[in-house]
Amino acid sequence: MAGAPLAEQPAGLRAWLLSPEPHSRWQARLGRFYLGWRAFSRNPLAVVGLGIVILLILLAIFADVIAPYSPVAGGDLRTQRLLPPSETFWFGTDDQARDIFSRVVYGSRITLFVVVLVALIATPIGLLVGTVSGYLGGWVDTVLMRITDIFLAFPRLVLALAFVAALGPGIENAIIAIAITSWPPYARIARAETLMIRNSDFIAAVKLQGASTPRIIMGHVVPLCISSLIVRVTLDMAGIILTAAGLGFLGLGAQPPMPEWGAMVATGRNYLIDQWWVAAMPGLAIFVVSLGFNLLGDGLRDVLDPKAAK
Amino acid sequence: MTKPLLDVEDLRVRFHLRTGTVEAVRGVSFQLGRERLGIVGESGSGKSQTGRAILGLTPPPGEVTAKRLAFDGIDLLTASNRTLRTLRGGRISMVMQDPKYSLNPVMTIGEQIIEAYQAHAKAGRNEARDKALAMLEAVKMRDPGRVFALYPHEVSGGMGQRAMIAMMLVTDPDLLIADEPTSALDVTVSMEVLRILDELVTERGMGLIFISHDLKLVSSFCDRVLVMYAGRVVEELEAKNLREAQHPYTQGLMRCLPTLVDDVRPLPTLNRDPAWAL
Amino acid sequence: MLDIQNLQVVYGTGRLRVDAVKDVSFHVEQGAAYGLVGESGSGKSTVLRAICGLAPVSGGRVLVDGKEVTTPRTKAFYRTVQMVFQDPYASLHPRHTVDRTLSEPLAIHGEKNDAETRILQALREVGLGPSFRFRYPHQLSGGQRQRIAIARALILRPKVLLLDEPTSALDASVQAEILNLLDDLRRKLGLTYILVSHDLAVVAHLCERLLVMRHGEAVEETTAEALRSGAASNEYTQSLIQASQGYSRASKQPATALAG
Repeated sequence: MAGAPLAEQPAGLRAWLLSPEPHSRWQARLGRFYLGWRAFSRNPLAVVGLGIVILLILLAIFADVIAPYSPVAGGDLRTQRLLPPSETFWFGTDDQARDIFSRVVYGSRITLFVVVLVALIATPIGLLVGTVSGYLGGWVDTVLMRITDIFLAFPRLVLALAFVAALGPGIENAIIAIAITSWPPYARIARAETLMIRNSDFIAAVKLQGASTPRIIMGHVVPLCISSLIVRVTLDMAGIILTAAGLGFLGLGAQPPMPEWGAMVATGRNYLIDQWWVAAMPGLAIFVVSLGFNLLGDGLRDVLDPKAAK
Repeated sequence: MTKPLLDVEDLRVRFHLRTGTVEAVRGVSFQLGRERLGIVGESGSGKSQTGRAILGLTPPPGEVTAKRLAFDGIDLLTASNRTLRTLRGGRISMVMQDPKYSLNPVMTIGEQIIEAYQAHAKAGRNEARDKALAMLEAVKMRDPGRVFALYPHEVSGGMGQRAMIAMMLVTDPDLLIADEPTSALDVTVSMEVLRILDELVTERGMGLIFISHDLKLVSSFCDRVLVMYAGRVVEELEAKNLREAQHPYTQGLMRCLPTLVDDVRPLPTLNRDPAWAL
Repeated sequence: MLDIQNLQVVYGTGRLRVDAVKDVSFHVEQGAAYGLVGESGSGKSTVLRAICGLAPVSGGRVLVDGKEVTTPRTKAFYRTVQMVFQDPYASLHPRHTVDRTLSEPLAIHGEKNDAETRILQALREVGLGPSFRFRYPHQLSGGQRQRIAIARALILRPKVLLLDEPTSALDASVQAEILNLLDDLRRKLGLTYILVSHDLAVVAHLCERLLVMRHGEAVEETTAEALRSGAASNEYTQSLIQASQGYSRASKQPATALAG
């Protein structure tokens, strides 16, 4: 019957994933991932967070299809400036007669761009510095940690200002500035984890097989640091978004007419009292996405870091 | 027969986890007078959980049920928290395995003993201090005054365990539960600690429950032995009759240990009969 | 096969100096099993670590197969000498499957050709079937983990196996299985063992000769025979033997014995 096989299939797949005797590397890995997913999805807020992040990604990918108007070309400057939210313009229009909804949607691309690039730049640096420092110890540790301290001493926004002053404003420079100030905490986390496992028997065992230091660090230390780092990076993303928005607000990040949310809030502040939607809508977008990343990060921490779980 | 010190009937400890319910203890029954009872089992047999259930120390999400769980006539299952607190440390004490983890690392040994004493006896600080020093002497500390002022990390494992015993016996309890008290100690130090425990228990006429994985040790120290497997008691016998053990698990457990006396090669291994876990 | 001459291991300097091993010497023939017995702080584990390079050799010499070891040890050394650790819960990488754990030594030494066959053979040798190949450590019991640790140590076909309290963390029944396995493997593969333990009975079971250590020094070198027959030995050794027999009230004054 048509119904029966369908009912069996999920059970079959689940059983395959949960099998205590996996038959291949992939089955074992997928099985672990599945268990992690089940633990994660038991937390409703974490799923909400994940949903928001997925929504952000979808908005960014399908911006062309979703946004009804162009984000940069304005309408009639005489009649369509600063219109309140309505059926034609869901979020209203700004002072250049541009549809705010479309701008917010296209702005998601910039936000995602910033967040992903910062994560991709800062995380490997932090991971490398932290694990090498923690594993080798001695003067390598001292030197690397003092360098880390130097970068930690800079407040993000101030460093970004300095960068931009030196290199000129623009989203790329903003990203570099944020990435440079983001990696130190990751290095600290990676180093702390490394110190904890450095003297473990399993590390001693692989040393006794003649493994080289790079092999030990990449194959044995890094996999154990990844969980903490993923959690930290996810939680940091909210801060990164806010910093990018702050730079945009100051006119140092994305330049007009790019629909960067922070820059949108900046233009909106002139009209805050009577045309609140110009600043409020992009502000709301920043809030929702930051919240989404925070919830996701919390959920991941409960799953990946058993010690911190409630 | 006089009222037993401890009356346990059909004790069950269940842990309700998201993935299902785990029954750590499945219907343990025994009575204890002022004697020494050993509970022996391997890891997962439920012996530690039995000890903790008696004291009401089962960690959540554990659930303890029993047909009867009474100490000196007091029903432990329905007793109020207040009553349980008075009993714990006062009339029933517990010595645990590793003094590194069971002693408070930020208080001196003397302070901890004083705290234990004052929790159950209305005594002034001087009286409590004298009591503490007397206890440290009773556990044969070479320089009680000095040890009094030391922190747990400053003393060796054996001394820490003796300090733990001092702390647990300062209130003169009627029953002492010792959960693997010598497993974390060196063999010669273990013997010293056991000797002290032996003397104190005999002197004070206390009841003792000795929980351990070491069948040989328990049978040489206690009067009666309960052998636990998969949450149940599979055998109960007098320590001196250990050689006549009936249950195949007990026999297997005894025979699988290498000894200095005979050279059995290969060592007989336990064939776990699933019927034992039923 | 293995020669330890006046070994000295010192950690730290000045006020924090610890002489973990002070002038220990012994010799182990090929195919023999030699035991190091002592309590905590005796330095027995440190001797093992010094042999394989995990602890510094501050004095004396370590010779394997007649050749003195170099610091750092060579890959050839690691193909000759391997170690099994005490805690089965700590000696396997928690994120690696059994397959990864067993294939790593082969990969490091460039012997990847017949990796699959060798892994399956290694599992068979320690009494585990191929179904264990892709499990993670948390899916294995203590005894199974220790078997994997032994398989890992043997996959490179070493000649010498250093065993650091391999059964202390295991239940008695599991210990018997692992001891039988170790005994078996020594005979089958012609291995040389150095076994460290605090348990005299375990050492007497597996080894022919043994060294009793205390506070970093060698107290007495004797044989399992001598232990069993109760031949006159050093006082400390006697106290260890007595302690291993279990608690005995008879050693106390008669009054207490009668009351008991």
